Amino acid sequence: MRAIYKKELRSYFINPIGYIYLGVFLVASAVLFYFTVLSSATYSTAGYFTFLVAALTVLIPLLTMRLFAEEKKMRTEQLLLTAPVTLTGMVLGKYFAALTVYAAGVLGSCLNFIPLSFIAAAERADTTETLRSTIGPVPGEIIGGVVALLLVGAALIAVGIFISSLTENQLSAAVVSIGVIGAMTLIGLLTQITDANGQPWIRFAWIRTVLNWVSVLGRFANFTNGIFDFAAVFYYLSIAFVFLFLTVRVYEKRRWR
Amino acid sequence: MIRIEHLVKNYGSVCALDDVSFTVEAGEIVGLLGPNGAGKSTAMNILTGCLSSTSGKAMIDGVDILSDPLRAKKLIGYLPEQPPLYPDMTVWEYLNFCYDLKGCRLDREKHLREVCDTVRLGDVAGRLIRHLSKGYRQRVGIAQAMVGDPKVMIFDEPTVGLDPKQIIEVRNLIRGLGRAHTVVLSTHLLSEVQAVCDRIVIINKGRIVANEKTERIAAAVSGSRRFRAKICGPQAAVLQALQNMPGVARAEALAERDGDAGAYALETSEGLDVRKKLFYLLAERGWALVGLEATGVDLEDVFLSVVETSEQSGAKRAPRGARRTRRGKETAEETLGAALYEEADSRRKEAAAGKTDED
Repeated sequence: MRAIYKKELRSYFINPIGYIYLGVFLVASAVLFYFTVLSSATYSTAGYFTFLVAALTVLIPLLTMRLFAEEKKMRTEQLLLTAPVTLTGMVLGKYFAALTVYAAGVLGSCLNFIPLSFIAAAERADTTETLRSTIGPVPGEIIGGVVALLLVGAALIAVGIFISSLTENQLSAAVVSIGVIGAMTLIGLLTQITDANGQPWIRFAWIRTVLNWVSVLGRFANFTNGIFDFAAVFYYLSIAFVFLFLTVRVYEKRRWR
Repeated sequence: MIRIEHLVKNYGSVCALDDVSFTVEAGEIVGLLGPNGAGKSTAMNILTGCLSSTSGKAMIDGVDILSDPLRAKKLIGYLPEQPPLYPDMTVWEYLNFCYDLKGCRLDREKHLREVCDTVRLGDVAGRLIRHLSKGYRQRVGIAQAMVGDPKVMIFDEPTVGLDPKQIIEVRNLIRGLGRAHTVVLSTHLLSEVQAVCDRIVIINKGRIVANEKTERIAAAVSGSRRFRAKICGPQAAVLQALQNMPGVARAEALAERDGDAGAYALETSEGLDVRKKLFYLLAERGWALVGLEATGVDLEDVFLSVVETSEQSGAKRAPRGARRTRRGKETAEETLGAALYEEADSRRKEAAAGKTDED
């Protein structure tokens, strides 16, 4: 597992894909941060994190599309399959490599908060002693947001890896991943569509509940308000577990075809 | 070292391997031979744990590949049909990765140097695999199989796509490996097994049709000899004279012509050399002999006939379900060698009867 982890991590940076991913992620996060926080003159980062999760729809497939599809296409997977490594070890090695690059991007994007802290510091200096503590971003919101972002990534990377293991074409892996991850993140938004009378477009409350329950974004909201939601943590980790498990099964099944 | 017992593999309704059993002793080089699609790769994939069998057992050094795959895989170095190379890595990086992947506990630097030296990769160690030629890539693939010094090495068509010089190099390399390792290689080239292997296992349509020492197969075919002669003279008369020569089992005129000479193929029985007699016979008749060469019987012929024989006898056998119950190790062994000798025998008998026939 260590060997595969190291190899994958390196190959992200031998190929341009790792740099492209990190570059796009950092630029996207900076742009989103500018529009959702800085230019709208707010200290609330909830909008920023929400949009960033939506952007993951496109970004995560960049990380995961090649992981298994390329091995299959290049016929290199036989090397991994005949090596004394378990299938679980192989899948986890690749998973953690993608997760590491992802986490690096998320931590890098934390630079965005530095200008915000300067602004807050400047504003605090201008106000009276009593108001001072109410000014500036809430650390809990930011920490919650970053932790949730990591958790969402952990779940979605597993989804992307699973899809990559189904095909030998990177492009179709990417397209299908975008579709599936997009559906998983944005499905909750359907519940917020209203018609002309202000009635929800989906009439049945229970459908809205279910959609919100399934939605990745729906679970996300609590974190960005600084609430640590154990149910959501469990939900994200379950998704990661289920899809990694399925990926192992894909390989197991191919042995038994 | 390798034991395969009653291996059956079905892909859906297609039967890729049907009750295949054979063993390979330590230090032996065994060639799996068969036409394309005979089940060689399937057998190798099962042996290396890539694929599961429908039923049957594959053991490496007493370790069952299915029940203890990690331990069994440590004993194997495998070169698939297409070498599993990462084009973005340098040769050295790649071999290091293989070293880590196999969890080796040798002196890394020294061991990898040795492997590189054995397959003569030293001068390209720092180059990206994507820039290497086919021959070098194949060698990197072999090097990969050698990393960790496994007891058993399995090569799937190791010389496909190489030029003649590289083929010889790879064969010598495999010969060399065979001294300290157990080697199984697959090929559809008879000359290859003949050049490299101690023993030949012929597979056709998922079944073993022959399992013999290489020398015995060679001996089985040396019973008859073939010559090609170019003779100036009236074709019908020449052919008649050739056919009537003592010791000649078969003679036929070939379409090929060389100036005013016609080409003829001769086949003799019991390894008789009729070249001198032929010369005097032609001199007597006043026909000029402008070319004569011994072509010998190639293993290709034997192989094809063994395969055909097994197909015919296979058709006569009971339906599969009934067969499996009574089929054991011996039956497999019976069919195989027997087919070879039958073949050689029938040629001899034909020759003795002085029969001529068209192929």
